[in-house]
Amino acid sequence: MRNCVTRFFASRCGIISVGVIIGTLAALLVSFGNPPNMGVCVACFERDLAGALGLHRAAVVQYLRPEIPAFVLGSLVAALVFGEFRVRAGSAPIVRFLLGAFAIIGALVFLGCPWRAILRLAGGDLNALVGIAGLACGIGGGAWFLKNGFTLGRSRETLKPVGWIMPGLMFGLLILAFAQPAFIFASEKGPGSMHAPILVSLGVGLLIGFLAQRSRFCTMGAIRDALLIRDFHLLYGVAAMLAAAFAVNLIIGRFNPGFAMQPIAHSNHLWNFLGMALSGLAFALAGGCPGRQLFLSGEGDTDAGVFVLGMIVGAGFAHNFLLASVPDKLVDAVLQVGGPAINGQVAVALGLAFCLALGFSMRERFE
Amino acid sequence: MKTVDVTGLSCPEPVVRTMAALKGLPVGEKVVVLADTVTARDNIMRKVQQMDCEVSVTEEANQFSLTITRKA
Repeated sequence: MRNCVTRFFASRCGIISVGVIIGTLAALLVSFGNPPNMGVCVACFERDLAGALGLHRAAVVQYLRPEIPAFVLGSLVAALVFGEFRVRAGSAPIVRFLLGAFAIIGALVFLGCPWRAILRLAGGDLNALVGIAGLACGIGGGAWFLKNGFTLGRSRETLKPVGWIMPGLMFGLLILAFAQPAFIFASEKGPGSMHAPILVSLGVGLLIGFLAQRSRFCTMGAIRDALLIRDFHLLYGVAAMLAAAFAVNLIIGRFNPGFAMQPIAHSNHLWNFLGMALSGLAFALAGGCPGRQLFLSGEGDTDAGVFVLGMIVGAGFAHNFLLASVPDKLVDAVLQVGGPAINGQVAVALGLAFCLALGFSMRERFE
Repeated sequence: MKTVDVTGLSCPEPVVRTMAALKGLPVGEKVVVLADTVTARDNIMRKVQQMDCEVSVTEEANQFSLTITRKA
């Protein structure tokens, strides 16, 4: 039975099914209360989580999103049930931490991770096309480095308790999400105040975590594999996610095509492109999109866990140092295009320089 | 027979290194790839089958040994 399930999720039909389920649930989460075109956004949710923990004090983006711990715990359950919980560590953790931090800074300049880019496009936000083009360029750069020997080095098996630290942390966050003690911040307005009922978020998160662990769903990997090894397996899943979210948005009347004044988005094309290029490059060098890093950390990959922690800390920096973009807004009925201030632009440049330095310097020859 | 050790490497390095090892390999020759995750095993198998190669796998204590034979 387990082999049958494993074979299904490894098949084209399996990855398409997972994409359809994720796209459908993500679009429906908006109806349940999550912010527009943000049914699931790993970067935004980790930013909200960082805010809930007081790592930044941007009052409109603070909420302990249950989806993030649920992704990890859903993946943990799948890994345990199917005998794939393997504890490993030691593949350049400090580099992964910084890649995580820069990846989320790039994502918050665009205002979304690759998951949200897909969902924004499915909701008619055409700025996502620019972001996805930047993402593909960043991933293409990462693929070129990988083809030329880039590596973060080998991980190795380590002691079991180490692998339980990330699931344990996430379980603790989940308890805080339910208990809502006074020291956890929660937005009263803005995107942080918009959320689905906690049990709905938890259930959807656990299901997505489980399915994504079994199918190895990865938004960055989809583009990377297509460019690097001409393997389109994951891309079928991502295309299915886009199609399903688009269909649900059409049915429930949430498809509004255009560039300007899209929800929690800006139409500054240059920085949409460059922000996602940085994210794509960082994700490619680290071996997985932000969702995949959560799923890996649930199955015992502590290096992926370090990347996740880097993203959460990076989200704190992004708002403390005013690196994140501001959305488009109307001032006296005139469109004021959003985007990053100079701080964010410098951070993206630094991030790109850091990633390029890694790409050129961390190489290993192989035949 | 060439052996490629991809244990402990992040995705997609196992596939990239396997493809590099297969490049220029004469028809009928074999490469053995050592992997330590199911993901690496499945990704390598899917890719080499697309490349008209035959692959057989043995598993022992979470270590996979893939013997890949170039068919064309």
